Amino acid sequence: MAVLVIADHDNTIVRDTTAKTITAAMSLSPDVDVLVCGSGAQAAADAAGKLAGVRKVLLAESDALGHQLAEAVTDVVFALAPGYDAILTPATSSGKNFSPRIAAKLDVNQITDVIEVVSADTFVRPIYAGNALETVQSSDAKKVITIRPTAFKPVGDGGSAAVEKVGGGTAGAREATFVSEEVVKSDRPELAGAKIVVSGGRALGSAEEFHKVIEPLADKLGAAVGASRAAVDAGYAPNDYQVGQTGKVVAPDLYIAIGISGAIQHLAGMKDSKVIVAINKDADAPIFQVADYGIVGDYKVVVPELMTALG
Amino acid sequence: MKVLVPVKRVIDYNVKVRVKPDQTGVDLANVKMSMNPFDEIATEEAVRLKEKGVVTEVVVVSIGPAQAQETIRTALAMGADRGILITSDTDVEPLAVAKLLKAVIAEESPSLVIMGKQSIDGDNNAVGQMLAALLDWPQATFASKIEVSGDSASVTREIDGGLQTLSVSLPAVITADLRLNEPRYASLPNIMKAKKKEIAMKTAADYGVDVSAKLKVLKVTEPPKRAGGIKVADAAELVMKLKTEAGVL
Repeated sequence: MAVLVIADHDNTIVRDTTAKTITAAMSLSPDVDVLVCGSGAQAAADAAGKLAGVRKVLLAESDALGHQLAEAVTDVVFALAPGYDAILTPATSSGKNFSPRIAAKLDVNQITDVIEVVSADTFVRPIYAGNALETVQSSDAKKVITIRPTAFKPVGDGGSAAVEKVGGGTAGAREATFVSEEVVKSDRPELAGAKIVVSGGRALGSAEEFHKVIEPLADKLGAAVGASRAAVDAGYAPNDYQVGQTGKVVAPDLYIAIGISGAIQHLAGMKDSKVIVAINKDADAPIFQVADYGIVGDYKVVVPELMTALG
Repeated sequence: MKVLVPVKRVIDYNVKVRVKPDQTGVDLANVKMSMNPFDEIATEEAVRLKEKGVVTEVVVVSIGPAQAQETIRTALAMGADRGILITSDTDVEPLAVAKLLKAVIAEESPSLVIMGKQSIDGDNNAVGQMLAALLDWPQATFASKIEVSGDSASVTREIDGGLQTLSVSLPAVITADLRLNEPRYASLPNIMKAKKKEIAMKTAADYGVDVSAKLKVLKVTEPPKRAGGIKVADAAELVMKLKTEAGVL
């Protein structure tokens, strides 16, 4: 039994989410290959080969693959699928986009957002926004799985897998074409993999206030910035900051929620954080039920004090 | 041009979900059910396209129990033209849903499918992509903006780190994300009008699709609860605790 892991990468580096998905793959089989679909992605493929436990790295390149277009990625994977018993993808927005397409092409159901591998055919996954956990057993011969990266530890370095080029990745280029991308460049760590996350909620009241209060604290801590859905919907923060059921799922060492009441949909995205801090002036806010440390108070007072206390 | 909008009847998003003590699933007895919120957004987008004159007919399809007629009526009251209900008393898995939708599309020949990116019960986020794969159509998932012109659509998608814009040739499958639009509330006259709109009743057997489960649910359990924490007096105490007790600073 061999497992294919489809890498999450930016053509230069492989993201932590890939190393975490490899951990999940290793619990299925010692024979784990990594597929890098990209454009000018040799550096990412080389980086993937250095991850511990990787048997070999497959590199597929085309313009469409450079933007991870689902049609093109599916084309590559479908051709490789006969050699694998399971195909694992980190459940990032890109992975969520193409993995079900691969599953349907292979005529199997996808096992989505797996947080625990029980055995080679049995997996645990959250449903209802994480308010319940479902243990499912798949009878499909080939398993197509997305892995929730925050539920697994990353493999380390120490591998020396060779990189092998594979073809494909041009299908669909006519029907779906890339037009443009606006990706926010930031010196802060990526939200999904950050050790510390500082999040702001609706209580901030404006985009200016969000910028003035949340960002300096995040920068002092070397943290990523997150936001509740309410703050994003109100336009205080961009959509890719959203932590929650419908946004990003994070599990940092430290999560600081400022002016966030703690709606179920937000808790679903951060409740697996190691330590949660809540700052809210409403002592009855549900966020305090999951917080390890809470301060009841106005963020306008507490955050400046926190900046001072951090020195 | 015709648009097909698949909609699902799910537990209302405001309802606190309770796991059944026998671990066979989630308790749905006497619980408020509503249209999946992402499907409301998809319906709204289709109706807006009709109002703009881009689309001529909006057809809504649901797969579920007989009560899913109410969900279809909600979409009809928002402005959809007619409905199709494929009745099923058991949960239909995403791949089988995609196969049923493919069969509906073979009969209806829409130029566009707009659907929610995921249902808030199973949280699979899979049917749209699977349907596109089975039809060999292009897909544009997690849409926050859709502009149809001629035989293509420009779709802005929410991706990690920002936004991506794709151009897809029609026919295509587009899945709706949260910020695509804010769905309207149906007016009373429109709710009354919707009662007269047609809903065709079908079964999975009518389409020759096998809907038996391939994923066996062994058990459904409650997630581990976080133990409640403590309240600290001020920022200084917080920083001290984070350094010494929690060891995360």
